[in-house]
Amino acid sequence: MPRRIRLRKVVEPPRFKGYRPFGVSSKSRKSVDLLYEEYEALKLADYDFLKHDEAAGLMGVSRPTFARIYESARRKIAMALVEAKEIKTVFGNAIMDKDWYLCSKCNARFNIPDTMDKGTCPACNSKQIELLNK
Amino acid sequence: MKTIITSTGNQLNSVFDLRFGRASWFCLYDDQSGEISFIENENINAQSGAGTKTVEKVVELGVKKVISGDFGPKAKELLEKFNIQMVLLQDDKNTMQRIIDQLKS
Repeated sequence: MPRRIRLRKVVEPPRFKGYRPFGVSSKSRKSVDLLYEEYEALKLADYDFLKHDEAAGLMGVSRPTFARIYESARRKIAMALVEAKEIKTVFGNAIMDKDWYLCSKCNARFNIPDTMDKGTCPACNSKQIELLNK
Repeated sequence: MKTIITSTGNQLNSVFDLRFGRASWFCLYDDQSGEISFIENENINAQSGAGTKTVEKVVELGVKKVISGDFGPKAKELLEKFNIQMVLLQDDKNTMQRIIDQLKS
Protein backbone atom coordinates (compact mmCIF):
# COMPACT_ATOMS: atom_id res chain seq x y z
CA MET A 1 0.00 0.00 0.00
CA PRO A 2 1.39 3.41 -0.87
CA ARG A 3 2.04 5.95 1.79
CA ARG A 4 -0.72 8.40 2.39
CA ILE A 5 -0.26 11.79 0.80
CA ARG A 6 0.65 14.40 3.37
CA LEU A 7 -1.22 17.64 3.22
CA ARG A 8 0.49 20.51 1.48
CA LYS A 9 0.23 23.98 2.85
CA VAL A 10 -1.42 26.53 0.61
CA VAL A 11 -1.34 30.20 1.55
CA GLU A 12 -4.25 31.30 -0.60
CA PRO A 13 -6.52 29.36 -2.91
CA PRO A 14 -6.44 30.40 -6.58
CA ARG A 15 -8.70 33.32 -7.37
CA PHE A 16 -10.27 31.55 -10.34
CA LYS A 17 -12.27 28.37 -10.72
CA GLY A 18 -10.66 27.49 -14.01
CA TYR A 19 -9.78 28.54 -17.50
CA ARG A 20 -11.56 27.73 -20.73
CA PRO A 21 -10.01 27.69 -24.19
CA PHE A 22 -11.18 30.39 -26.53
CA GLY A 23 -12.53 29.65 -30.00
CA VAL A 24 -13.06 25.95 -29.47
CA SER A 25 -16.49 24.43 -29.78
CA SER A 26 -17.81 24.02 -26.30
CA LYS A 27 -19.17 20.56 -27.02
CA SER A 28 -15.89 18.92 -26.26
CA ARG A 29 -15.89 19.77 -22.60
CA LYS A 30 -12.85 17.84 -21.59
CA SER A 31 -11.05 19.24 -18.64
CA VAL A 32 -7.91 18.94 -16.58
CA ASP A 33 -8.09 19.12 -12.82
CA LEU A 34 -5.46 21.41 -11.41
CA LEU A 35 -5.02 20.85 -7.69
CA TYR A 36 -4.62 23.72 -5.28
CA GLU A 37 -1.15 22.59 -4.28
CA GLU A 38 -0.10 22.45 -7.91
CA TYR A 39 -1.32 25.95 -8.47
CA GLU A 40 0.53 27.03 -5.36
CA ALA A 41 3.74 25.34 -6.51
CA LEU A 42 3.54 27.03 -9.89
CA LYS A 43 2.90 30.37 -8.26
CA LEU A 44 5.77 30.09 -5.81
CA ALA A 45 8.27 28.92 -8.40
CA ASP A 46 7.32 30.92 -11.47
CA TYR A 47 5.55 33.97 -10.13
CA ASP A 48 7.30 34.64 -6.83
CA PHE A 49 10.61 33.32 -8.23
CA LEU A 50 11.39 31.30 -5.16
CA LYS A 51 14.02 28.61 -5.17
CA HIS A 52 12.57 25.14 -5.04
CA ASP A 53 13.78 24.42 -1.54
CA GLU A 54 12.41 27.70 -0.20
CA ALA A 55 9.08 27.02 -1.83
CA ALA A 56 9.13 23.47 -0.48
CA GLY A 57 9.66 24.84 3.01
CA LEU A 58 6.69 27.17 2.64
CA MET A 59 4.44 24.34 1.53
CA GLY A 60 5.66 21.99 4.21
CA VAL A 61 7.00 19.29 1.89
CA SER A 62 10.48 18.15 0.93
CA ARG A 63 12.26 19.63 -2.06
CA PRO A 64 11.89 16.51 -4.26
CA THR A 65 8.20 16.38 -3.47
CA PHE A 66 7.85 20.02 -4.34
CA ALA A 67 9.59 19.35 -7.64
CA ARG A 68 7.14 16.57 -8.38
CA ILE A 69 4.12 18.74 -7.60
CA TYR A 70 5.56 21.52 -9.75
CA GLU A 71 6.28 19.12 -12.59
CA SER A 72 2.77 17.75 -12.57
CA ALA A 73 1.35 21.28 -12.52
CA ARG A 74 3.38 22.21 -15.60
CA ARG A 75 2.42 19.04 -17.42
CA LYS A 76 -1.25 19.57 -16.72
CA ILE A 77 -1.17 23.13 -17.99
CA ALA A 78 0.81 22.15 -21.08
CA MET A 79 -1.65 19.37 -21.77
CA ALA A 80 -4.58 21.73 -21.37
CA LEU A 81 -3.00 24.22 -23.79
CA VAL A 82 -2.09 21.68 -26.44
CA GLU A 83 -5.25 19.61 -26.31
CA ALA A 84 -7.46 22.70 -25.84
CA LYS A 85 -8.90 21.42 -22.61
CA GLU A 86 -10.44 23.38 -19.82
CA ILE A 87 -8.48 23.82 -16.64
CA LYS A 88 -10.43 23.39 -13.45
CA THR A 89 -9.08 23.98 -10.01
CA VAL A 90 -9.96 21.38 -7.41
CA PHE A 91 -9.04 21.24 -3.78
CA GLY A 92 -6.57 18.34 -3.82
CA ASN A 93 -4.44 17.46 -0.84
CA ALA A 94 -4.07 20.91 0.54
CA ILE A 95 -4.63 22.64 3.82
CA MET A 96 -4.91 26.36 4.15
CA ASP A 97 -2.07 28.06 5.90
CA LYS A 98 -4.15 29.09 8.87
CA ASP A 99 -3.74 27.92 12.38
CA TRP A 100 -5.74 24.93 13.53
CA TYR A 101 -5.81 23.78 17.11
CA LEU A 102 -6.61 20.52 18.84
CA CYS A 103 -8.13 20.13 22.27
CA SER A 104 -6.57 17.18 24.03
CA LYS A 105 -9.55 16.80 26.35
CA CYS A 106 -12.45 16.50 23.92
CA ASN A 107 -10.51 15.98 20.65
CA ALA A 108 -12.20 18.91 18.96
CA ARG A 109 -10.30 20.61 16.18
CA PHE A 110 -10.90 24.30 15.73
CA ASN A 111 -9.48 27.57 14.48
CA ILE A 112 -9.30 30.81 16.41
CA PRO A 113 -10.26 33.91 14.44
CA ASP A 114 -8.63 37.19 15.43
CA THR A 115 -11.77 38.39 17.18
CA MET A 116 -11.97 35.43 19.56
CA ASP A 117 -10.19 35.01 22.86
CA LYS A 118 -7.33 32.60 22.68
CA GLY A 119 -6.33 29.87 25.03
CA THR A 120 -9.46 27.86 25.70
CA CYS A 121 -11.21 25.13 23.79
CA PRO A 122 -14.47 26.43 22.28
CA ALA A 123 -16.26 23.13 22.82
CA CYS A 124 -15.38 22.28 26.42
CA ASN A 125 -13.51 25.35 27.74
CA SER A 126 -10.48 23.30 28.69
CA LYS A 127 -7.09 24.94 28.51
CA GLN A 128 -5.28 21.92 27.11
CA ILE A 129 -5.04 22.93 23.49
CA GLU A 130 -2.19 22.57 21.06
CA LEU A 131 -1.37 23.93 17.65
CA LEU A 132 -1.86 21.38 14.88
CA ASN A 133 0.15 22.87 12.06
CA LYS A 134 3.61 21.47 12.08
CA MET B 1 -22.43 34.74 21.64
CA LYS B 2 -24.42 32.56 19.33
CA THR B 3 -23.34 29.07 18.39
CA ILE B 4 -24.68 26.75 15.74
CA ILE B 5 -24.44 23.00 16.09
CA THR B 6 -25.37 20.73 13.20
CA SER B 7 -28.00 18.22 14.19
CA THR B 8 -29.92 15.32 12.66
CA GLY B 9 -33.17 16.26 14.36
CA ASN B 10 -34.97 19.05 16.15
CA GLN B 11 -34.87 17.63 19.66
CA LEU B 12 -32.34 18.10 22.40
CA ASN B 13 -31.65 14.37 22.32
CA SER B 14 -31.03 14.40 18.58
CA VAL B 15 -27.70 13.13 17.42
CA PHE B 16 -24.96 15.40 16.14
CA ASP B 17 -24.65 15.65 12.33
CA LEU B 18 -21.14 15.37 10.93
CA ARG B 19 -22.01 17.28 7.77
CA PHE B 20 -22.26 21.02 7.64
CA GLY B 21 -24.00 22.19 4.47
CA ARG B 22 -26.22 19.14 4.32
CA ALA B 23 -27.08 18.73 7.94
CA SER B 24 -30.80 18.23 8.55
CA TRP B 25 -31.20 20.79 11.31
CA PHE B 26 -29.20 23.49 12.96
CA CYS B 27 -29.30 23.96 16.69
CA LEU B 28 -28.92 27.62 17.56
CA TYR B 29 -27.65 28.23 21.07
CA ASP B 30 -27.21 31.63 22.65
CA ASP B 31 -24.96 31.46 25.68
CA GLN B 32 -26.02 34.84 26.98
CA SER B 33 -29.72 34.18 27.20
CA GLY B 34 -29.41 30.40 27.31
CA GLU B 35 -31.97 30.14 24.52
CA ILE B 36 -31.94 27.07 22.32
CA SER B 37 -33.83 26.92 19.05
CA PHE B 38 -33.81 24.68 16.01
CA ILE B 39 -33.72 25.78 12.41
CA GLU B 40 -34.45 23.49 9.51
CA ASN B 41 -31.89 23.38 6.74
CA GLU B 42 -33.46 24.38 3.41
CA ASN B 43 -30.36 23.54 1.41
CA ILE B 44 -30.21 19.91 2.35
CA ASN B 45 -31.05 18.74 -1.16
CA ALA B 46 -29.45 21.60 -3.06
CA GLN B 47 -27.63 20.52 -6.18
CA SER B 48 -24.62 22.56 -5.30
CA GLY B 49 -23.51 25.32 -3.00
CA ALA B 50 -25.17 23.94 0.12
CA GLY B 51 -22.14 24.93 2.13
CA THR B 52 -21.95 28.49 0.90
CA LYS B 53 -25.69 29.04 1.29
CA THR B 54 -25.51 27.75 4.81
CA VAL B 55 -22.65 30.11 5.58
CA GLU B 56 -24.76 33.00 4.30
CA LYS B 57 -27.46 32.01 6.72
CA VAL B 58 -25.00 31.68 9.55
CA VAL B 59 -23.74 35.19 8.88
CA GLU B 60 -27.30 36.50 8.71
CA LEU B 61 -28.06 35.05 12.13
CA GLY B 62 -24.98 36.68 13.62
CA VAL B 63 -23.46 33.40 14.72
CA LYS B 64 -19.84 33.46 15.89
CA LYS B 65 -19.15 29.77 16.33
CA VAL B 66 -20.11 26.72 14.28
CA ILE B 67 -19.76 23.17 15.51
CA SER B 68 -19.85 20.44 12.88
CA GLY B 69 -18.02 17.35 11.69
CA ASP B 70 -16.29 18.86 8.71
CA PHE B 71 -16.51 21.84 6.40
CA GLY B 72 -16.06 21.91 2.66
CA PRO B 73 -13.29 24.05 1.23
CA LYS B 74 -15.65 26.81 0.11
CA ALA B 75 -17.51 26.96 3.39
CA LYS B 76 -14.24 26.98 5.28
CA GLU B 77 -12.92 29.86 3.27
CA LEU B 78 -16.05 31.91 3.75
CA LEU B 79 -16.30 31.24 7.46
CA GLU B 80 -12.71 32.28 7.84
CA LYS B 81 -13.40 35.49 5.99
CA PHE B 82 -16.26 36.36 8.31
CA ASN B 83 -14.20 35.53 11.41
CA ILE B 84 -16.50 32.74 12.44
CA GLN B 85 -14.95 30.06 14.56
CA MET B 86 -15.12 26.51 13.24
CA VAL B 87 -15.09 23.60 15.63
CA LEU B 88 -14.79 20.07 14.33
CA LEU B 89 -15.97 17.17 16.43
CA GLN B 90 -15.42 13.60 15.33
CA ASP B 91 -17.77 11.75 17.66
CA ASP B 92 -21.05 11.14 15.84
CA LYS B 93 -22.86 9.77 18.89
CA ASN B 94 -22.96 13.07 20.73
CA THR B 95 -26.38 14.52 21.40
CA MET B 96 -27.25 18.19 21.31
CA GLN B 97 -27.76 18.17 25.06
CA ARG B 98 -24.28 16.80 25.69
CA ILE B 99 -22.58 19.28 23.41
CA ILE B 100 -24.42 22.21 24.94
CA ASP B 101 -23.61 20.98 28.45
CA GLN B 102 -19.99 20.83 27.42
CA LEU B 103 -20.18 24.35 26.07
CA LYS B 104 -21.55 25.57 29.38
CA SER B 105 -18.93 23.84 31.50
